[in-house]
Amino acid sequence: MTESGIVERFKSGLWRDNPGLVQLLGLCPLLAVTSTFVNGLGLGIATLAVLIASNALVSATRRWIRPEIRIPIYVLIIASLVTCIELVFKAWFPSLDRSLGIFIPLIVTNCAIVARAEVFASRNPVGSSMLDGFVMGSGFALLLMAIGIFRELVGQGSLFSSMDMLFGGEPSRGLVLADGGWLLAMLPPGAFFSLALAIAAKNGIDQRRRENRQSIMPGRAHRASK
Amino acid sequence: MNDAAVFRSGITLAVIAAICTALVAVTYQLTEARIAANEQAWLERSLQPALSGLFYDSGVTESKLIVPPPHELPGSEAAIIYRVYAADAPVAALFVVSARDGYAGPIRLLVGIDVNGVVSGVRVLEHRETPGLGDRVESTKSDWVRQFNGRSLVDPKPVAWSIKRDGGQFDQLTGASVTPRAIIKALRETLLYFDANKDTIFALAAVEAAKEEEMQ
Repeated sequence: MTESGIVERFKSGLWRDNPGLVQLLGLCPLLAVTSTFVNGLGLGIATLAVLIASNALVSATRRWIRPEIRIPIYVLIIASLVTCIELVFKAWFPSLDRSLGIFIPLIVTNCAIVARAEVFASRNPVGSSMLDGFVMGSGFALLLMAIGIFRELVGQGSLFSSMDMLFGGEPSRGLVLADGGWLLAMLPPGAFFSLALAIAAKNGIDQRRRENRQSIMPGRAHRASK
Repeated sequence: MNDAAVFRSGITLAVIAAICTALVAVTYQLTEARIAANEQAWLERSLQPALSGLFYDSGVTESKLIVPPPHELPGSEAAIIYRVYAADAPVAALFVVSARDGYAGPIRLLVGIDVNGVVSGVRVLEHRETPGLGDRVESTKSDWVRQFNGRSLVDPKPVAWSIKRDGGQFDQLTGASVTPRAIIKALRETLLYFDANKDTIFALAAVEAAKEEEMQ
């Protein structure tokens, strides 16, 4: 893969085709766990790891998988990987595991993972499939973290609380900026509002960029819009 | 799809299933000991806060009692009591009980009471109270739950074991009175139970591992 191809993949995974922001896949964990930054980061890392490994396995076995049985095989591969990740979390990050609870096993139901297996890994070599898993997983994880930061800041008035769950050490309340916050942001509706704001922000930025391009190169943009 | 193709698909599925199972089995083998140690450490650590200011030399979880329902402790499920000793003399009893009338379901509580009937620490183990309101009973969110340290049925008298709004001695939480009310009621009941059954609690033999499994 050429260098510009890799850059293109990153642009696609992190921005243009971001699994959470654009494809709206994996909304269940996205909405449920992002009440704090550390939860978003934890689930982001777990999803990222599963996505890289599942893309690698699906790509490695793609020669033997007949189209009729591909879905059960994807489910099998993803489910075993998620079980492994869950065990690893229980062993090395027990308090994060406690905090994320059922949402680690529920990574199985994240459609973003099956989607990447089906769309990308089943047709591409192992190396670029793993890169794709990394890029797409990072896009998803970054969105989880962004929403986590926003909800924690607005809802609780703090940043990076309970980071000890991931890195060990003394329990901490993080950077406390205000005592309490706007409760709604911590509750489930706040998750929907935050996601809507994130999507609106992305669309707004995209639109501004398009307009800028149009004003700089009116001729080209005109042709492109036809 | 002809028979040969079906057969081949079946074999493929079986092989991949075997590989995946092996993967999970290996991970389980590698993590099993660590996970068990974590669980034990987590239990010991989560019991520590209920023993503040006490000296003991026994393991906290060694001497466990299970009180099956019906019992006079708060909560409708079995209550757990951990007894803690120093040089074989009783130091404190830790109760794991449930306050039934929380705002959103039962609240699981850990209550430490020393041998003189003085509260040595209270922690909320599990609850589903409203985030931002009732959840300030968690020790990481506010100091509310620490106000019980050093209190007993003498200080204040049992009738004053309630929130100030109900004429008692304890702080409520702004915007949430149901949760504190439920917890304080459970604390009072636990203290009364301890007062009435102190000698029996420390005299009973610990639950043995085999018997414990039977009861669960």
